[in-house]
Amino acid sequence: MNAILSSLRSMLHIFLHAFRRRETVQYPEERPSIPPRWRGRIVLTRDPDGEERCVACYLCSVACPVDCIALQATEDEHGRRFPDFFRINFSRCIFCGFCEEACPTYAIQLIPDFEMGEYDRTNLVYEKEHLLISGPGKYPDYNFYRVAGLAIGGKDKGEAEREDPPVDLLDLMP
Amino acid sequence: MSGVLAPLVNIVLVLGIMLNLAAFLIWYERRLLGLWQDRYGPNRVGPFGLLQILADMIKIFFKEDWVPPFADRTVFVLAPMVIIAAVLMSFSVMPLSPDIWVADSNVGLLFILAMSSMTVYAAVLGGWASNNKYALLGGLRSAAQMVSYEVFMGIALMGVVVLTGSFRLIDVVDRQAGLWNCVPQLLGLLIFAVAGVAETKRTPFDLPEAESELVAGYHTEYSGMKFGMFFVGEYLGVTLISALTVILYFGGWRGPLLPPIVWFFAKTLVVIAIFILLRASLPRPRFDQLMAYGWKLLLPLALLNLLVTGAVVLR
Repeated sequence: MNAILSSLRSMLHIFLHAFRRRETVQYPEERPSIPPRWRGRIVLTRDPDGEERCVACYLCSVACPVDCIALQATEDEHGRRFPDFFRINFSRCIFCGFCEEACPTYAIQLIPDFEMGEYDRTNLVYEKEHLLISGPGKYPDYNFYRVAGLAIGGKDKGEAEREDPPVDLLDLMP
Repeated sequence: MSGVLAPLVNIVLVLGIMLNLAAFLIWYERRLLGLWQDRYGPNRVGPFGLLQILADMIKIFFKEDWVPPFADRTVFVLAPMVIIAAVLMSFSVMPLSPDIWVADSNVGLLFILAMSSMTVYAAVLGGWASNNKYALLGGLRSAAQMVSYEVFMGIALMGVVVLTGSFRLIDVVDRQAGLWNCVPQLLGLLIFAVAGVAETKRTPFDLPEAESELVAGYHTEYSGMKFGMFFVGEYLGVTLISALTVILYFGGWRGPLLPPIVWFFAKTLVVIAIFILLRASLPRPRFDQLMAYGWKLLLPLALLNLLVTGAVVLR
């Protein structure tokens, strides 16, 4: 008898669900709101001066658990490193975000975009021109070369932000 | 000429209505389940997703129709036909409105009971011919379930028959002109509803299928349109039991204003919705619980119902 009553009760409760709000997001017309730190499509960002942030250190490529990042380092005439090519195979990428964590210059970032469907698998291989965006991404003010104590063309040692001029070791007499 | 034509038209009408209704139920069930699970269900293809049926049908026709090499081929192919044929046969004596019926049998109710029991052969033979342990278990369960539930299903219906004094379904409906049978035969209706759910092998009595324990039960090895036939058979069975409930307990096509056929289908769809609500809300019992309910609770209740009805009628 108890079982019958509880069955009827659960039927009533389920029936009342007909008047609840729908959970479904009708996707192509309605968009779900995705948190800004969501790990979606990978981009390469630029520093506030509009230069590439990537210094081609290979850390992302090493960190990648599925080996989907390939790049080749090169240098310009000022000694500034940048990738000659930078290739991400999104058909292998698992969107784990390790590359973003490994990146010392905030160059590689994952953005909340997931609509990357392709009919042809080779179209999922993104080259540098597909990856590189024009803005600084999630870190608008960061410029690696301005805070790093590295001498490159146009900026000598001790000229970086919050950096003291280099100390002449021979001056350090007791 | 019209003497030959009229039954033919009725046959085509009943077959067409029932097969289309069975197809429509695919959409109906999915939409209702969605409704009760706080989602929408299929709403993309066509208006309200109604063309989903067509899309599903195209898909299932293009699926590979594979007969496993270890199966008993003849019986394997025969089983899905049995279920469709048996259920469609029982519709032949079902009066949809005062004018739309194929045969006016004076043992119509018995014929329906006999034919709907035939559907168990589809499950048992399909399960046996598949030569697969899960399919066999499903077939065995369906046989056991059918044996125990068929008994008091018939006895529960006898209450209505005693009240009417006839097995003719048109007589049954005519007798409900004043008061629908669901009032004097409420207990019979409830018992019949439980037995009907078990008869059509629907959740919560879907132990022959039991996808969480038996893969898919008796139709584990079926694919393509043979699998589709089992499903059409299941939906036809649901329609059959719902239509029978409407005819026996809810006054059939009787109702004010609207034409009889509209009332009949409106009532049938409401009963089918209750079937689907059952599926949406209740979990599957254990097999021994199922058998215990059948033999220890519902069979005595059905007998009691028949006894009291008989006593009242004979008084």
